[in-house]
Amino acid sequence: MLVNVKLYASFRTDRFAMESRHYPSETTIRDVVHELSLQEDELGTILVNTRRAGLHAHLADGDTLALFPVLSGG
Amino acid sequence: MKEIVQQYLQENATGDLVSWKCQLEASHRFSLPLAKTEELILEARLLPTRYQRNRDTFSIEQQYKIFHSCVAVIGCGGLGGHIIESLARLGVGKIVAVDPDIFEEHNLNRQILSSIDFLGWSKVALAATRVADINPATTLIPVKAKLTAENGAELLQHADLAADALDSVTSRLELAEICAERNIPLVHGAIAGWFGQILTQYPGESTLQRLYENRSQSIGAEQKLGNPAFTPAVIAGIQVAEICKVLLGTGQTRSGTMISINLQDMEMEKIVI
Repeated sequence: MLVNVKLYASFRTDRFAMESRHYPSETTIRDVVHELSLQEDELGTILVNTRRAGLHAHLADGDTLALFPVLSGG
Repeated sequence: MKEIVQQYLQENATGDLVSWKCQLEASHRFSLPLAKTEELILEARLLPTRYQRNRDTFSIEQQYKIFHSCVAVIGCGGLGGHIIESLARLGVGKIVAVDPDIFEEHNLNRQILSSIDFLGWSKVALAATRVADINPATTLIPVKAKLTAENGAELLQHADLAADALDSVTSRLELAEICAERNIPLVHGAIAGWFGQILTQYPGESTLQRLYENRSQSIGAEQKLGNPAFTPAVIAGIQVAEICKVLLGTGQTRSGTMISINLQDMEMEKIVI
């Protein structure tokens, strides 16, 4: 299946801003996070098709997954 | 007494503008605090000349409303310093500045209230000095303490809203809870490197709590990236615009939405949280 993956802020560094990527069915958001070598403890908002989602959620063909890092500096 | 002072101000105004010199003279002549003189100027539908360039962004009535506002700025570092500077220039009547820290050398790259001569000084004490230099009609109450669940209600007692300029997820969530208990809006800003985010939360909403849900142990991107000079200036500027709109009940504040800003790629995105 094809998933549009959008990365924000520092997650883009040495990766990409947006790519359509192939994954096997039953892939979870956590699988994508690990595949992209993102640290779970740096992960902030997760959106699937603009709605908030959890790491355990399964992705479907055509989904758009957006991953934001936690920002907390002042 | 009020009529006599306002007659003096009318007679010495240029059009409807009252110069700083005239405001000072009126305060001395009638033994009034500068803040009281400012109130009388605005009540007489005159305008202190310092706000001349606020026209026609704000009416005199709106300037009066801003003067009668109290904003609590929680955190006086990168974001908080810029927020305090802007609120004083805007003419906010009262600012409660809360921060337990002193200025250190690594603050000099971005924190507008820091300077070489005052390293080791309390951040809130220097905030008070700076505001007195910019606009003595603004009262800044310095609180050299960490905001906690215990002192929060008292520190925010008179605040119409709170500006979140903190630097940890845990303390931000604590502030959100205190604001909910106090029933006041919260304007959140956070930064890391080239990146920043802003959201405005009204009583009854929990956008910030959702944003940081299960993230109290998370590592913010700022811990790797640090923060350069321009990011706090940009995000704090937008926070002040949000504060202004909340105080005046005007414009759109995008309830339930976070604005994510990427200065590196020059992108701004609205995200429903």
